[in-house]
Amino acid sequence: MTQLALVIDLNVCVGCHACVTSCKEWNTSGWAGPLADQNPYDGSPTGTFFNRVQTFEVGKFPRTETVHFPKSCLHCEEPPCVPVCPTGASYKRPDNGIVLVDYDKCIGCKYCSWACPYGARELDELQQVMKKCTLCIDRITDAKLSDRDRKPSCVLACPASARLFGDVHDPDSEVSIAIRERGGYQLMPEWSTKPSNHYLPRRKTVMHIGQDELTRVDNPLRKEDLTTYTGEETLDDVAW
Amino acid sequence: MHPTFSVIFLTTLIGAGQGLFLAMVTGQLYAIARFLPAQTDQFYAIGSLVALVLLVTGLLASFFHLGHPERAWRAATKWRTSWLSREVIVLPIVMFLVFAYGAAHWLGLTMPLFRVGESLQVDATLLLGLFGTIASFALFVCTAMIYGGVRFIQEWHTPLTVTNFLFLGAASGFMLAAAYSAYISNPLVTFFGTWAVILTLTGLASRSAHLVRNAQMKYKSTVQTAIGVRHTVIAQKAQGATGGSFNTREFFHGQKQTTIETVRLLFMVLVFPIPILLIGAAYITSSPTLPILAFVIQYVGLMAERWSFFAEAKHPQNLYYQSVA
Repeated sequence: MTQLALVIDLNVCVGCHACVTSCKEWNTSGWAGPLADQNPYDGSPTGTFFNRVQTFEVGKFPRTETVHFPKSCLHCEEPPCVPVCPTGASYKRPDNGIVLVDYDKCIGCKYCSWACPYGARELDELQQVMKKCTLCIDRITDAKLSDRDRKPSCVLACPASARLFGDVHDPDSEVSIAIRERGGYQLMPEWSTKPSNHYLPRRKTVMHIGQDELTRVDNPLRKEDLTTYTGEETLDDVAW
Repeated sequence: MHPTFSVIFLTTLIGAGQGLFLAMVTGQLYAIARFLPAQTDQFYAIGSLVALVLLVTGLLASFFHLGHPERAWRAATKWRTSWLSREVIVLPIVMFLVFAYGAAHWLGLTMPLFRVGESLQVDATLLLGLFGTIASFALFVCTAMIYGGVRFIQEWHTPLTVTNFLFLGAASGFMLAAAYSAYISNPLVTFFGTWAVILTLTGLASRSAHLVRNAQMKYKSTVQTAIGVRHTVIAQKAQGATGGSFNTREFFHGQKQTTIETVRLLFMVLVFPIPILLIGAAYITSSPTLPILAFVIQYVGLMAERWSFFAEAKHPQNLYYQSVA
């Protein structure tokens, strides 16, 4: 079975929000209607987004590091938002595992958002239906696009290639290898929702240099001196 | 969680409606057993009508919670998995049975259909009352499990949510039955008042246990599991929006802690001691107005109780929305 998902490398993400704007641009211009905003150019702008980049500071100054954390629907393998939907508007696609909302069936009761521990779902205040990341379902299923373009727009937009996209059930896919070999983890594993999206952890690049590496025993550039003798027996003293 | 008045009205109104219907059926059962004087059919019919009005008003209030009320009929489809869907199915069934029970009394359909044992004459009203009672209990469970079934909101995810909805709804219904009896100078006011006090005390035990449990809550999710970074000091610096989002509007009550504590104190006073004292005073003075006052005060208290129920619930998604910038 296929389970499409994103793998996000927190070691690479620079927090530029290119995935956010690219996601918004693609998904607000599609057939499903706009992702509505309120007061977009006023003091307190707010609106519907599928993807947000948050920033956390880890540690106490001066030993701190900044973690930029892109957050969107994790397309759980056990999505808790789906069974609670009273109308069946929320569903998980059997062919590729993407969790979607049928905007024509959604009654806007917000119950699915209560049942998502990640806060991945947002109600569109204009259309009054629940919206969430679709992994750009209209792009990735569009056979007219080239293979290079059949990816979610956030993945294509990321200038640092921090976002990988693929089938996490295929052990040989790029995303599976990244999860396996680079310590990919899931968010809030305590709820056993089995999120399909994984995150790759921050890794410090540290060089370990020992003293022996600084002074090479066979250093060819070592300065050679005349040996000074202080009366000990040398080869010259050998009686032939 | 953000307390929504549509849901507060829905749960408190249908709770009182179901409770009043249960009170009517209880009264009829006691009358059949000759523990109470038999009442006129009109007494049950008007009582059922009031219960029906409460149920319909609650249903209307619930529509204000929906973004697309015109599609509400779709909500009956996923009853296999969704408690919300189950409530959408059971609520009209209860409304129909309450209507039928009242109508059967009004039309005098009290000809015995069959007999059980020596003395129990089963008529249409008794059968409808029995089915309505079962449906009312099912509706209490469905309504409460909408909240109790959300495992992420640990404050709600407990059987105490179900017992709270059941006992507090039934208490307000019996209180209303006492008020109704007092209004029409019916001697049943003492009977309904006694049951209302018993149910209110049971509700007090259940709600207090709920408050004690929630005060000792250990949360499963932390900011460490939320973003997967192992460090004791993690502070949010940006949440991806400066003007708020659905996530900040729906899952935060936005009130001061003192307001939360005041409302909690308010409902603990309005729901439990004052109505009990008023019913006690009404028993001593045979006052026709005190039971009505007791019901109104308890109902206002129950709205505060439901508000507090929402405000005290902390959703794990809030870990991602701790500060704006």
